Amino acid sequence: MRWPRPLLAVLALTLLAAAPAGAESVLRIGLNDDPDALDPTISRAYVGRLVFAGLCDKLFDVTPDLKIVPQLATGYEWAADQRSVTIKLRSGVKFHDGEPFNAEAVKFNIERHINTPGSFRKTEIGQIQSVDVLNDTTVRLNLSEPLVPLLAALTDRSGMMVSPKAARALGDKFGQKPVCAGPYRFVERVAQGRIVMEKFPDYWDKSSIHIDRVEFVPITDSTARLASLRSGDLHMIERASPTDLPEIRGDSKLKVTGVPELGYQMIPLNVANGPKAKTLADARVRQAIDLAIDRETLVKTVFNDEYIAGNQWVSPSNYYYNKKFPVRKRDVAKARALLKEAGQPSLTFTLIVPPERDRQEAAQIIQAMLAEAGITMTLQTQENVTMLTNGRKGDFEAYFTFWSGRPDPDGNVFTQSTCKGAQNDSHYCNADVDALLTKARQVASPAERKKLYDAATEIMLRDTPRLLLWHRRVFTGHSARLQGFTPYPDGIIRLKGLKLN
Amino acid sequence: MSLGLYLARRIVVLVPTLFVVSVLIFSLQQLLPGDAALALAGEERDETAVAAIRARYHLDRPAVVQYGIWMGKVLRGDFGESLRNRLPVRELLAAKLPVTLELAFCSMLIALAIGIPAGVLSASRRGTVADVTANLVALSGLSVPHFWLGIMLILLFAVRLGWLPASGYVPPWEDLGRNLTTILLPSIVLGTGVGGVMMRHTRSAMLQTLNADYVRTARAKSVPERLVILKHALRNALIPVITLGAIEFGRLLSGAVLTEQIFAIPGFGKLLVDGVFNRDYAVVQGVVLVSAGLYVLLNLVADVLYFVANPRLRGS
Repeated sequence: MRWPRPLLAVLALTLLAAAPAGAESVLRIGLNDDPDALDPTISRAYVGRLVFAGLCDKLFDVTPDLKIVPQLATGYEWAADQRSVTIKLRSGVKFHDGEPFNAEAVKFNIERHINTPGSFRKTEIGQIQSVDVLNDTTVRLNLSEPLVPLLAALTDRSGMMVSPKAARALGDKFGQKPVCAGPYRFVERVAQGRIVMEKFPDYWDKSSIHIDRVEFVPITDSTARLASLRSGDLHMIERASPTDLPEIRGDSKLKVTGVPELGYQMIPLNVANGPKAKTLADARVRQAIDLAIDRETLVKTVFNDEYIAGNQWVSPSNYYYNKKFPVRKRDVAKARALLKEAGQPSLTFTLIVPPERDRQEAAQIIQAMLAEAGITMTLQTQENVTMLTNGRKGDFEAYFTFWSGRPDPDGNVFTQSTCKGAQNDSHYCNADVDALLTKARQVASPAERKKLYDAATEIMLRDTPRLLLWHRRVFTGHSARLQGFTPYPDGIIRLKGLKLN
Repeated sequence: MSLGLYLARRIVVLVPTLFVVSVLIFSLQQLLPGDAALALAGEERDETAVAAIRARYHLDRPAVVQYGIWMGKVLRGDFGESLRNRLPVRELLAAKLPVTLELAFCSMLIALAIGIPAGVLSASRRGTVADVTANLVALSGLSVPHFWLGIMLILLFAVRLGWLPASGYVPPWEDLGRNLTTILLPSIVLGTGVGGVMMRHTRSAMLQTLNADYVRTARAKSVPERLVILKHALRNALIPVITLGAIEFGRLLSGAVLTEQIFAIPGFGKLLVDGVFNRDYAVVQGVVLVSAGLYVLLNLVADVLYFVANPRLRGS
């Protein structure tokens, strides 16, 4: 067969070009979606945090077992009344534009997080009333109320420090060219294409950075993402799907790690939000639904046992899990009895489910389980944003959603379960729970906090404002060439210590 | 009618067309259920934070006012900013246009390389094995889902054989070699689809011209068959194919959503889909307006080509 010459030329060029580029080490990480604005103050999407982990260091970080450790800080001390915290800062740290990191910069950043219009940090650290610069390496944050979870907020975007000079110069365009103090500095971003960053030579901890360049490539299709990992075009993929696992495990060139996530998958029930609350207003009815669900079977059938059955707002391995109330066995008879007692023996309600594999399949299994207890659950598919809008408006009886999770327990339960909580679409309101959860914000000792949370959990399990169902594992797939990777429950890839062989 | 007058007429029609498109896409977006501000807020549910988003993007104003604000900016060349990542939509479009153009161009090249020879072959050997084979190939090109073909090609060429990258588009001015390797598979996926259409049309146009009197005359003059087909018949048969090619090219320019998703190519299609899911109104409007404009322009080009190629049109 004769090939046309131009075609041959293209083919030859193509094959030639497939050769590797050079000695510079490049780590390519596949993201599940394209991040939003790369400005820690206005960033919302989870996926952006993976990119920030390279760009922007924070005052604090968490360890894999969720202890708070200093990063740009070197230590902290709470005032006796928990109304202020004094933070010592690392000296000799530079931002990517050469500007010094110091107490003034911290003050600038905290104020920027709080005062920027459209800031998403305000709700996290809005209780900071003022920042005192005590000296070049010491700041004091003064709070409007005692708030121990504040430190945990400073381990995420609220604790990220950007160069004040760059922030002033770029204004609300800062996200297009972020300048921080992380191990890598921003090179370029092609929206939906890639985000590139390169090693920052003046990084304060440069000895632990071994890779020259990092590229983040958003690939929304999970099959294509996995194929890119297998072909070697990507070295890592975040939040790998459980369905990917057999293929990754079967490939000797790949490895996968999985740790329990911080968040939970749940079905909020409409307790008191508008006229649709009528059906599930009775706690006995909600209890009955909960009892009719066999969580272990659910996790086994839908997720191949890769996820963890749960019933509380932290996973069973978390310190704050109330061990007195483990995931209970299914009890159809008791469910029926409760329904009868509540005068709703043939309960019918609608569950809104977004068009997404995990939740669709789980919903169908739950539907079948409930049917055995005489409960008719109708499934209604609604695209995610529509569902959340209806959730907020109270136009639902039950909907299938999740919470991504926070390292501090407060972030998993306070806004979801207090009467005025912004995440409380159920409009569940219990004064005792409110008091306990508020008190837990003001106590520094973890053991003391745990007692308060245990008490609140007990009440909430009885009231069942939402069905807490399972916790995912955060799977990270990576090339076997990659060394030094430690998985974190927040799913964020720490670039320190990573090496490509 | 002169070509100038013809062109002027068509360009005048272009403006209201784009206006109608913009109104249509704007109103359709208004019909999308779900609160855009909530979509943008992510897990944030704080009332003041959500209200701030609404105010920033004028989502709290009536639809007509929103449209007016947007249109006013567009007329000044400002497409607004992406609600999600706050990048200027104009820059997003400028960054994606070359990608989409390249993908469309390469796909079209493959489509032409497959479609026209196959069409000619099957028409000139009607009823033979060659005809049936060409038809079969064209039909499979048309009917195999792009999604499936894309995944299969990735599994074969990237995962199994390791010859081509599975993803990771780079622009040609940065690394031409890598660019061509990344664009090849998606172009094949799109090209085979369009190639099937081209083949079918070339074939039927060829069959028609091969039966024309002037072809019979040429044959009677014992012109060699090769020349009859390539010189006498094909030229004439290509006129409708050119029109079709322009339309298909325009279609490719509006973005190949699935193909772009699979190969992670940052083109119009991906921008559009992500825009819809994130309720990123400014982006969706920008992409649709620009691709509609391109589409209309390409149709115009096709019409002009047709006008030039077909003297009979000039008389009317």
